[in-house]
Amino acid sequence: MKSAGKPDGKERGNGVDGKNGEEELKRRLEVYIHVPFCVKKCAYCDFLSAPASEEARQRYVDALCLEIGGYRREYHDAYKAGNPTRLQLRFPLDGTFHDTYVVDSIFLGGGTPSILDGRQIRQIFQSLRKTFSVSRDAEITIEANPGTVTGEKLSAWREVGINRVSIGLQSANDEELKLLGRIHTHHQFEETYESVRAAGFTNVNVDLISAIPGQSVESWRQTLEKVAAISPEHISAYSLIVEEGTPFYEYFGEDREKRNVAGERTKFVMPALPNEEDEREMYHLTERVLSPYGYHRYEISNYAKEGYACRHNLGYWERREYLGIGLGAASFMGHKRYKNTSDLERYLEALLEKERPFLAEEVENLTAADEMAEFLFLGLRKTRGISAYDFAENFGRDIDEVYGRPLQKLSAGGWLKREGDRIFLTRRGIDVSNMVFVEFLEPEV
Amino acid sequence: MAGTDQGKIRNFCIIAHIDHGKSTLADRIIEQTGLLTSREMQAQVLDNMDLERERGITIKAQAVRTVYKAKDGEEYIFNLIDTPGHVDFNYEVSRSLAACDGAILVVDAAQGVEAQTLANVYLALDHDLDVVPVINKIDLPSADPERVKEEIEDVIGLEADDAPLISAKTGLNVEDVLEQIVKKIPAPVGDVSAPLRALIFDSVYDSYRGVIVFCRIMEGTICKGTPILMMATGAKAEVVEVGYFGAGQFIPCDSLSAGMVGYITASLKNVKDTRVGDTVTNAASPCSEPLPGYKKVNSMVYCGMYPADGAKYPDLRDALEKLQLNDAALQFEAETSAALGFGFRCGFLGLLHLEIIQERLEREYNLDLVTTAPSVIYKVYKTDGEVMDLTNPTNLPDPSEIEYMEEPIVKAEIMVTSEYIGAIMDLCQERRGVYESMEYIEEKRAVLHYRLPLNEIIYDFFDALKSRSRGYASFDYEIDGYDRSELVKLDILINKEEVDALSFIVHSGTAYERGRRMCEKLKEEIPRQLFEIPIQAAIGSKIIARETVKAMRKDVLAKCYGGDISRKKKLLEKQKEGKKRMRQVGNVEIPQKAFMSVLKLDEK
Repeated sequence: MKSAGKPDGKERGNGVDGKNGEEELKRRLEVYIHVPFCVKKCAYCDFLSAPASEEARQRYVDALCLEIGGYRREYHDAYKAGNPTRLQLRFPLDGTFHDTYVVDSIFLGGGTPSILDGRQIRQIFQSLRKTFSVSRDAEITIEANPGTVTGEKLSAWREVGINRVSIGLQSANDEELKLLGRIHTHHQFEETYESVRAAGFTNVNVDLISAIPGQSVESWRQTLEKVAAISPEHISAYSLIVEEGTPFYEYFGEDREKRNVAGERTKFVMPALPNEEDEREMYHLTERVLSPYGYHRYEISNYAKEGYACRHNLGYWERREYLGIGLGAASFMGHKRYKNTSDLERYLEALLEKERPFLAEEVENLTAADEMAEFLFLGLRKTRGISAYDFAENFGRDIDEVYGRPLQKLSAGGWLKREGDRIFLTRRGIDVSNMVFVEFLEPEV
Repeated sequence: MAGTDQGKIRNFCIIAHIDHGKSTLADRIIEQTGLLTSREMQAQVLDNMDLERERGITIKAQAVRTVYKAKDGEEYIFNLIDTPGHVDFNYEVSRSLAACDGAILVVDAAQGVEAQTLANVYLALDHDLDVVPVINKIDLPSADPERVKEEIEDVIGLEADDAPLISAKTGLNVEDVLEQIVKKIPAPVGDVSAPLRALIFDSVYDSYRGVIVFCRIMEGTICKGTPILMMATGAKAEVVEVGYFGAGQFIPCDSLSAGMVGYITASLKNVKDTRVGDTVTNAASPCSEPLPGYKKVNSMVYCGMYPADGAKYPDLRDALEKLQLNDAALQFEAETSAALGFGFRCGFLGLLHLEIIQERLEREYNLDLVTTAPSVIYKVYKTDGEVMDLTNPTNLPDPSEIEYMEEPIVKAEIMVTSEYIGAIMDLCQERRGVYESMEYIEEKRAVLHYRLPLNEIIYDFFDALKSRSRGYASFDYEIDGYDRSELVKLDILINKEEVDALSFIVHSGTAYERGRRMCEKLKEEIPRQLFEIPIQAAIGSKIIARETVKAMRKDVLAKCYGGDISRKKKLLEKQKEGKKRMRQVGNVEIPQKAFMSVLKLDEK
């Protein structure tokens, strides 16, 4: 019997194992909750997040709880009776959410969810537990940033059942942290990390970013070594992407040569992005440095110790159903993908004033071809790739019939590898995974 | 209209440099003679096509008939023939001029005489037209009519003392122009009872009436039922309708007689039968001699046009056929390219003509085109004595079969202000130009005369000229025969495969430079792919330049908030769309615009 919160780490099929009889009959569901607030926007960040007042944050938490409440039995029954009182269900189900699903993971992401105080976290989890049937060994993660974590918050997290903390460090070099626009130093991270451990969390992730402006390969190696040395269970190592609409885009967007012009304008000279050679070297170095510490790469950018792969994230790559709650959150249920509004005012108004849960603004009906493409380009993000058998099981078609040509071409070029039932990206293939995925967008249906 | 007194007819055209206000004046003349109220006038009645309005140039000749009540109390019939305004259409211009008895020369009061002004005046004088100068845009703050008058007298040698000072835009003094048309432009002369001789100056295709022939009756009379013969093409038909040109419409009348301008329909199905410059006569009692000056216009510039989507090939053929109905100068024949599939080798009068056809195909027929680099016609003298006209570089015979080659040469006239003379001479030098002479037309402006190979000017010469003279140079040219030249075919190999659509003929002296720049340009245009792609330029089996598009090393979405799969998919789909806009050549995807790279070699 596993203890609550200890993820089994093994990838599982769509069935539920190790559960009691009632849970076995239910479908698995991953729940994502978005917290669009932070202390200060980072220079590279294009996520839906911004600083906000204490009052605004409380209003948002209230709205979030109303949205969660919208999936509750009483509203479901009212809806079925043709008499929607306050709220109505977004997703037509035969039964209620509570009866249909067992929640396998909850992920509070942001933004900086650790900006919320203990009382707000309790409020959210009260709503969640009243609404959903949450598996006893669910993986429940909160994202936290150094400088925002207090003892009061940590005890609230433990109390509500959070069992995984994902800390955004990004770099162990204070100069680099400053360039990224982070609010903390490496020392502050260490304090936060220790307090998280001291509070009893046994599953901790640390987020890192490589290819920071001015970063050398050596500096990246030091960041990796320092983090591996304190032994978090999970490390996410992303390579910086200069996203449109971020301050970094002003400096580096489209044409790196613009840097100096932009630098002059702001009277601040940003160091250059690492060149392509160094950037690739850092990327490849990650696996070489982390592997001796017992980390195993299970996804393009994710490393975990045995048994600690992030179940919530794997859910996305394995196309399990998930429900996104909050601003701009996306959901995937049945054969549809939904997305909430990204406009904070509209979100708050709909829930708090019009008393109806926010209806998804975007709904995409997936065709069989869409689902096959997703199966490939999501599944191949995992280092163990996809199973030809699972493909046939899901779609009733032989994968070689549907994707014979791209599979052949990409294997011959050395970007894909096939071993028995598994098809996965090679290291070369990972580097150019987008170009590989593009080949699978149009299956021969 | 038969029996109209020839003395009351004025057939004239307006000539001007681009933007000096030709079309605006034409509009004012039409408006002020009462043919149309200003409310009925759509700005610039004579330029029919959207493209013409946008570019401010006239592509097809147009004509309009209007009646003016002069100060002497008499009513005069004005036939205004608008001529195409570009060197590519020189021959059409000359035929339009031949249909007139006089010309109004519009000169911009600020810019004065320009190269094209001169070229047009000389053309008009060649046709014995009386030229009446008019100074336009005098409402501009920078207008200097006195200086421009002097210029007209000194440079052109026309009396300009009493030239009307007008603003075609506001209508100021346009009345003076109308009076001068009556007084200074001669009435037509021509024997009404002589055998029919009519000059075709344009024709359009109408899906109901067939070809509508625009003509000037020089001698004799034509009416419904007249059996006609086109003397050059030999086509015969019976006249269905004759008439004159209202504003934007055809107005039938009983007959057209010597001195008049009008149209004929005769159930002719093909504009090729009614070549501009040909003489229409009465098939029953033909005249003894056709009117002088007919020549068959030949395409000067060729390029391959391919539908971006191969399935649109039949659409492209239909579109070209339709355009050809109205444009006898457009030629095309089917060809295939290993790189681009099925398409057409098309012949044009010049680069502007090419661009216009390309734009019309894309806009009016909604076709997405891939156009290969334009080529001129080379004469290939083979060792077996055969002489071959080469329009597609791919067809160049093996060097061992070639005795020698010739390329077309033009006489160019470049007008430029003195500070840019050096820069322009450098440009001509780079383009293998041979300096002939230079004369100052006034203190600060000179006309340079060069002989230049046509293949050096069809690419980007005009743009280079403008950029090196900050827009002050203007340019005109005429074909001046063929010269023997050391020419080679430059082939481009992408990933070791020769791409036929990228081959071009170049002078051996500039081949290395061109090859190098072409490789550089293609390196910029071809995106990185999964593997390394060598780009090579070769002459025969000899590689003269090489660049490499490095393999894509990184194309990965490292971070992605897992939930928003739709966004991720959109990114991938965008990438896929980008791929679709490319041509697959071997294993390599080449963006369609790369096939035009050779046009942009001068861009730095």
